Amino acid sequence: MNGKIAFFGGIYNNYLALETAIADAHGRDISQIYCLGDLGAFGPHPDRVFPLLIENGIQTVQGNYDHSIGHALEDCQCGYSDPRDNHFASLSYAYTLENTSPEYRDWMKQLPAEIRFTWQNRSVLLCHGSPRKTNEFLWESTTSTAFLERLADEQDADIILGTHTGLHWHRRLENDRHFINVGVLGRPENDGTTNVWYTVLSVEEEEKRPENSSVSVEFIPVRYDYEKLAWEMEAENIPEEFIETIRTGWWTTCLEVLPAKERRAGKY
Amino acid sequence: MLLQPTVPMASLDELWFQVSGTLCNLKCEHCFISCSPVNDTFGYLSYERVMRMLQESIELGVKEYYFTGGEPFLNRELIPMIEQVLKVGPVTVLTNGTVLKADWLKRLQTAEQNSRYSLEFRVSIDGPTPEMNDPIRGERTFQRAMNGVAMLCEYGFLPIITITRTWEETEEDAILDSFRAVLKEHGYHRPRLKVLPRLKMGGEEKRTEGYTPLERITPEMMEGFDVSQLLCNHSRVVTDRGVAVCPILIESESAQMGETLKESLVDFPLLEGACYTCYQYGSICANPSSKKVEA
Repeated sequence: MNGKIAFFGGIYNNYLALETAIADAHGRDISQIYCLGDLGAFGPHPDRVFPLLIENGIQTVQGNYDHSIGHALEDCQCGYSDPRDNHFASLSYAYTLENTSPEYRDWMKQLPAEIRFTWQNRSVLLCHGSPRKTNEFLWESTTSTAFLERLADEQDADIILGTHTGLHWHRRLENDRHFINVGVLGRPENDGTTNVWYTVLSVEEEEKRPENSSVSVEFIPVRYDYEKLAWEMEAENIPEEFIETIRTGWWTTCLEVLPAKERRAGKY
Repeated sequence: MLLQPTVPMASLDELWFQVSGTLCNLKCEHCFISCSPVNDTFGYLSYERVMRMLQESIELGVKEYYFTGGEPFLNRELIPMIEQVLKVGPVTVLTNGTVLKADWLKRLQTAEQNSRYSLEFRVSIDGPTPEMNDPIRGERTFQRAMNGVAMLCEYGFLPIITITRTWEETEEDAILDSFRAVLKEHGYHRPRLKVLPRLKMGGEEKRTEGYTPLERITPEMMEGFDVSQLLCNHSRVVTDRGVAVCPILIESESAQMGETLKESLVDFPLLEGACYTCYQYGSICANPSSKKVEA
C-alpha cells in the first residue's frame, strides 16, 4: 500500500466527531482509514458509531472496551486501579452496554487485537494500548525511548501506532522507526479546547534519492458540533462531569491514572 | 512434590534504586524493612553504581525509574542521580517529605522542565491529623511532612500522598475526605492520594501481627490470575548488595537475584507472606492507588 493513511483513536460513542473526521480525511487524499478501537464509553447513542465505520470500510482494532462490550463483561477493562477513576468508568460502561445492540456486540467480538501491514516498504503495527497488552497506558512522559526501541525490536515493526490514553504524541526512534499515539476522536485533550484529534501518515521523499524517504506524522485537529453532542448527552442523562469535558475541553474524571506532566497540563 | 507458584520475569519495565538502603531520619513503627537512623543493614548507593546500572538498564529497554530507601534525600548524591536519570526516562521518588530543601527542589524543577519525562514524588503520610499520623511515624512528623508537601507544590510538583491503611474499610471515605481538606489548607489544591495496604513484616509485624502460614499464594490461586499485577513480573531493585526481586523483600534470602540486571531476569517463587498482600491488592508499588479489596 502507498499514499497517505489516516488513523482514528478512541471514538467513545462520539459519532459526530467521527462523521466530521471521515469527511475531513476524504478531503485530504487519504487512501485508507484505520481505527484503533474503544468505540464506546463517555458519549451518547453507541449504535450510531458502527454504521459509519462499516460503510466507510474502516478497518478497526479491538480495544479493551470493544472486547468488554462484545462479551458483555462486568467492566470496561480500562486498566484503572484508583476507585475514583473506576467509579466514573463504570457509569459510562453501564450506559454503553445497555445501549449497544446485539448485532454490533457480535461485530465487535470478531475485531482483531492487532493489524499488521506493509506500507511504503515499512512494517506497520496497529494496536490499542501497546502491542503486548491491549489496556496498557503508554503516556508520553512515562515511556522511555529505550523501552520503545525494545518494543519495536521485539515486535519487528518500523511504525507502531496506538491510542488508549486519550492524548496524541509521537516519538521518532532510530532508523526512521516511530511510535505514535494517534489521539482520540471521543473527547478533547484536556487542554481547554473543544476539538479532538486524529493522525495522518505520509512519506516525504528526497527528489533525487527516493531511498532516503522519511515518514511524516501529522496530527489533525477536528472541530465538530460539540454543542449538539452535549445536548444529546444531557438528553440521555449522562453524568454532568462528562458533558463538562465536551464543552470545556478539560478532563474532569479518570484523572488519577495521569502522570505528573499530563496531569499538570490540565485544569483538575 | 508440591508445586511452587512462580512468577515469570516477563520484561524489565521498572528499575528501582534502593538509594539510601535502610537508613532513614524517621523510625516509623510500621516500616516493613524497619528503617531508622541507625539501621545500616543496607547502605547508600553511590553515584557511580547508579550510573553503571542505568547504562545496563538502557540496553535492556527499561521504561521507568524509582528511587526509594530509607529516605532517599539522605543520600547526598540523589539530586545529580535524578538529574541524570531524567535524561533517559521518567523518575518517581518515594520520600517522607521531612528533609526537603528549597535549593534541591529548584534544581529538580529545572531538571524536569528540561526533560520530556515526568518527575513524580510520593510522600508518605499516614493520617490526616497529627493524632493519627504521629504515633506511627514519630513526633511532629505530620507537620513536617505537610510543610514538605507545601514546598513541593511551591515548585510546581503534584506529589502523590501515600497513605498506609491503618483504619477500618468503613472509615476510608471519611479519612480520605479529611486528607483532601487538610492538603487544601496547606496549599495543595488538587491532591493525589494513594492508599497502600499494610505489609505485615519488619516493624509492622511487631506493631500488630505477622503473616499466618495460611497467608501464602498457592499454585491454584495463580490459575487465571493476571501476573502483571505483581511487581516481580516486570521490575527489579538495585541495593548496595546486588539486585533483588522487589523493594519489599530486599531482606529475604530468596529475593537476591544476582549482581547484574541481566542475571536477575529469572522466575521468582512466591513464598513470602508479603507476596500474598501483593496478590490481593495488585500493583501496590505503582503510582496510582491500588484497587480496594472487599473484607
